[in-house]
Amino acid sequence: MSAPDSSFLAPPAGSQVRAVHDEFHGDLLEVSMGPHHPSTHGVFRMIVTLDGETIVKLKPVFGYLHRNHEKLGENTSYLASMPYTDRLDYLNSMTNNWAYALAVERLAGLAVPARAEYLRVILAELTRLLNHSCLAGFLLQDCGCSGTPLMYAFREREKILDLFESLSGSRMMCNFQRFGGCRVDPSADWLAGVQQLTDGYGAFLDEFEALLTGNEIFMARTQGVGRLAAPLAISAGVTGPVLRASGVAHDLRKVDGYGAYPQFDFRVPLGDHGDTYDRYMVRILEMRESIQILRQALARLPDGPIMDPKAKLRGFRPKAGEAYGRIEGPKGEIGFYLISDGSPNPYRYRVRPPSFINLTILEDLCLGHTVADAVIILGSVDIVLGEVDR
Amino acid sequence: MSDAALPPDSAAAPAATPASEPITPAQRDDLRRQGILLTSIEELYNWGRSHSVWPLNFGLACCAIEMIAASMARFDIARFGSEVFRPSPRQADLLIVSGTVTKKMAPQVIRLWNQMPEPKYCIAMGACAISGGPFKQGYNVLKGIDRFIPVDIFIPGCPPRPEALLHGLVQLQAKIRGQPLTGPDAPRHLRSDVECNCPIPEFGAHDLVPTQNPTVWQPPQPIVRPDKA
Amino acid sequence: METVEQIRDRLLARFPGATVEVRSNPSPSGQHSLLLGAATAREIAQFLRDDPALRLDQCSNVTGVDWPEKEVVETTKTTVPDPAGGPAKVVEQKSRRLEPGCLEVVYHLYSIALRHGPLVLRLRTGNRTDQVTLPSLTPVWRACEFQEREVFDLFGVRFEGHPDLRRILMWDGFQDHPMRRDYVEPDDYEWEPTPHGAVLAKAKRHYPAPAPAAKP
Repeated sequence: MSAPDSSFLAPPAGSQVRAVHDEFHGDLLEVSMGPHHPSTHGVFRMIVTLDGETIVKLKPVFGYLHRNHEKLGENTSYLASMPYTDRLDYLNSMTNNWAYALAVERLAGLAVPARAEYLRVILAELTRLLNHSCLAGFLLQDCGCSGTPLMYAFREREKILDLFESLSGSRMMCNFQRFGGCRVDPSADWLAGVQQLTDGYGAFLDEFEALLTGNEIFMARTQGVGRLAAPLAISAGVTGPVLRASGVAHDLRKVDGYGAYPQFDFRVPLGDHGDTYDRYMVRILEMRESIQILRQALARLPDGPIMDPKAKLRGFRPKAGEAYGRIEGPKGEIGFYLISDGSPNPYRYRVRPPSFINLTILEDLCLGHTVADAVIILGSVDIVLGEVDR
Repeated sequence: MSDAALPPDSAAAPAATPASEPITPAQRDDLRRQGILLTSIEELYNWGRSHSVWPLNFGLACCAIEMIAASMARFDIARFGSEVFRPSPRQADLLIVSGTVTKKMAPQVIRLWNQMPEPKYCIAMGACAISGGPFKQGYNVLKGIDRFIPVDIFIPGCPPRPEALLHGLVQLQAKIRGQPLTGPDAPRHLRSDVECNCPIPEFGAHDLVPTQNPTVWQPPQPIVRPDKA
Repeated sequence: METVEQIRDRLLARFPGATVEVRSNPSPSGQHSLLLGAATAREIAQFLRDDPALRLDQCSNVTGVDWPEKEVVETTKTTVPDPAGGPAKVVEQKSRRLEPGCLEVVYHLYSIALRHGPLVLRLRTGNRTDQVTLPSLTPVWRACEFQEREVFDLFGVRFEGHPDLRRILMWDGFQDHPMRRDYVEPDDYEWEPTPHGAVLAKAKRHYPAPAPAAKP
């Protein structure tokens, strides 16, 4: 990267408003999209100012699902916050659990046995498959392809959820990771099920890509739409596939090397243009890499305990101090910042929500595009409102 | 259908009905087994309504994903006639409150409810929509959507499985089929003495104003166990 | 990455007169932090971003912490020699003092270019009531834009130089700052169907007084 350039730091020029209103142009139109809108992925709201059909200003409005996660986390014990993390990004409960467990392990200095680290990798990669397939389905839904891709994605999602359910007892809210390990040791049957899913997932992706990747309409809708420049992405704290689609090689699995990831051989797909199509493509390629990680993890899963014997679940009181732990979730860097004062409850419990911070650049992406493009740009940023508003 | 499959008294039952008395549902079912379709306007009307309940395409939180899953291939809500998720409240019959209703969102949910035309029904899906659920202690969480709008079916769970949503939908269909078209128990849309719109609360300095709609919700009396009284 | 102490020394050499203190973190995470004075915080942040050895180009996490006033009891022991020539007595004196509260904003900085981090920055307000203004770091990292708005909404820290400082999660007319430790939430626990602990205690305040039990 070249020397830091600060020209991108200024807030987007929202005032690209024509000073002259001649008789051929009407006034600007302000449209409130959401909080009930079929394409805003929940209760997200944007106030869009339009010149004709072109967006000249876009202000996101948050808080319609602000359910006080952080306040609740400060009023309950460390372990009791674990089920709440499931409900942050409710598509990816396993990675949320892992990020929280990692932060607490940093805070209390717990070690994680090798088998538990492998299990976490397996579950995190299954979650990534689940999230990215659903995202592709929802993105296509936003493009107007209602039904088929989302149906295909949810068909695969159900297979993964069956595995999660048989392991943890719950389809969506798995509550599986614990400080210093995992909750349940999977059976050989379960691992065989994961192997079967891993072997079949490539064929699903081939089918999916045959439908979509070279599709002329899809390319026309997404290529060149919502370009994100790498310096702006870095400055705005954008993480995850959105950042990598802009060509920045930043994957915490490689950078931090947390868990068992340094032992696996995988590549980090990068985009060239940073447009909506690249954001879609990076996710498809990431799924292919996830399948590789899953194959390696299943082949080399070590035996042994799944919990650190020093870890204590009841009456858990870490010493005073603070820790920030982060992992590469499917939506980006999900982190937890904890301050302990020695009591059973954290003094400060903070979630670093990737999809909230990724939305910082939404206005920059949408300026100059049409409303229909804003919908698919939002779809490609991949937000979940439970995490945006917490 | 053979006679052996019928209940023993079925053959005698229709004959015993005097012409002046209304036919009972059991007798009607018996006649149907004989291939005679007898129906009333009420039954036909409710039968038609109950099998095409169109939900509003409206997701709030985690439960919305299970609601989408219920409409996808494996669970296939189309079997129950409710696959037509309408984006506009003007075209919807059923409001599925799928998730946590925050105080910032509550006025919008109530406005959507008011915009739906009668006959309309409401399903509170999941613990949060029923009572606030796990987030009950949050300052911005409404402790149950039934404080502001009338709820027909409550589906517990966090989140409820898609099967539970389908079960709730079947229960709602049974409720619709049981609604008499006349008399004091008639549904809201056939009566002129019932106010269908719910007042929309305002954002106050600390909380919603008012915090509840007393015409649909009163705090219930606490249950006192005899041994703890 | 350099240690926090090395960074502090470089900052003090580069910005004479600036307040930079190291706050050590006793937990095993070992993430020590730098407490910056508000006056030079933005220049220091700019320096940290542009310095070729640090290149902290990503501001990952911004959050607030509320530290209310608390009473600290200090025990001082003084040895008083016995005038009669006996063994000296130890006299304990307890003094109470009120430690002033403050609002703290914490920034976690990483470098994507050089792949290191985190460097934790802390800024503190003068008190929790009227001196709650801090410089905004949004001109340095765009990532702070929404997160500082969130800190303003939930903690009540006013960021000077923020382009669009409005409430973000709560509605505009809301007057409290709910993440503060002394926030009293609205009392709407009229009914609690599953009695448990603290929630039931709140709900019971709304229950009518029990009728006297009828004697048979």
